[in-house]
Amino acid sequence: MSYGNLFLYLFMLSAFVSVAAMLFTRTIFFAALSLIVCLLSISGIFALLNAEFLAITQIVIYAGGVLVLILFGIMLTNKISGKPLLMEAHHSIPGMIISIVLFLLLVDAYQKTSFTATESIQLQSNHINHIGTNLMSTYVAPFEVAGLLLLVSLIGAALMASLTKKNNNA
Amino acid sequence: MPEHNLLFFLGAFLFSSGLYIVFTKKNAIMILLGIELMLNAANLNLVIFNQLTTGYDGQFFALFVIVVAVCEAAVGLALIFRIYHYFHTSVPDQFSDLKEIN
Repeated sequence: MSYGNLFLYLFMLSAFVSVAAMLFTRTIFFAALSLIVCLLSISGIFALLNAEFLAITQIVIYAGGVLVLILFGIMLTNKISGKPLLMEAHHSIPGMIISIVLFLLLVDAYQKTSFTATESIQLQSNHINHIGTNLMSTYVAPFEVAGLLLLVSLIGAALMASLTKKNNNA
Repeated sequence: MPEHNLLFFLGAFLFSSGLYIVFTKKNAIMILLGIELMLNAANLNLVIFNQLTTGYDGQFFALFVIVVAVCEAAVGLALIFRIYHYFHTSVPDQFSDLKEIN
């Protein structure tokens, strides 16, 4: 077994364990921290699957941006300060049935699909060069639309979070 | 490659546990966390498919999925803040009114 495979199995194990901890914990802060562990393990898997740019993006955006935002959200919506915010669960049995059925369906679909193009894996070394040129040539229209979407959602989120009570009779 | 099968299992597990979290947890922030988990499972699958085929299309799809996930998280948290200011709770079962309460 090579080192790459060993690290792949390690990352998969840590992603599995952290998601299981997310499912069974009752503290919402702990759930957010285990989501960070899971996202970092997924970025390690990305790096081992020849997607280095995605791995870096995942670390910067998720662990640096989204999860910090969510942690701030948890702390700001904590009603009783000092006491950990507990979450209750409801509809446990139907949720479990639906997710287990979905899991079995997905696994069944994977095993019935034959991936015939397995032999034609590209073994290039400059993935990031290729991604940069394609992002500015082939995929320039979705790139611009994604930028516009980011701008609109940024303005919308800032406006929505900063509305004051002054104009509530307008 | 045997590890691709395991990776598919991991992706399916992440997606279904995200769905379980969205269905069963009462807190709105927890629902957001479940949606992020599902989007990441989709990303993982896209990267595995990219590995199994030629070209880099899967990685580009995953990149745009990350952008949309960031927008969703920002707008969702802003909504949760506004709702928390009005209703003083972040449990979606407790805010069923559309109008402001006076």
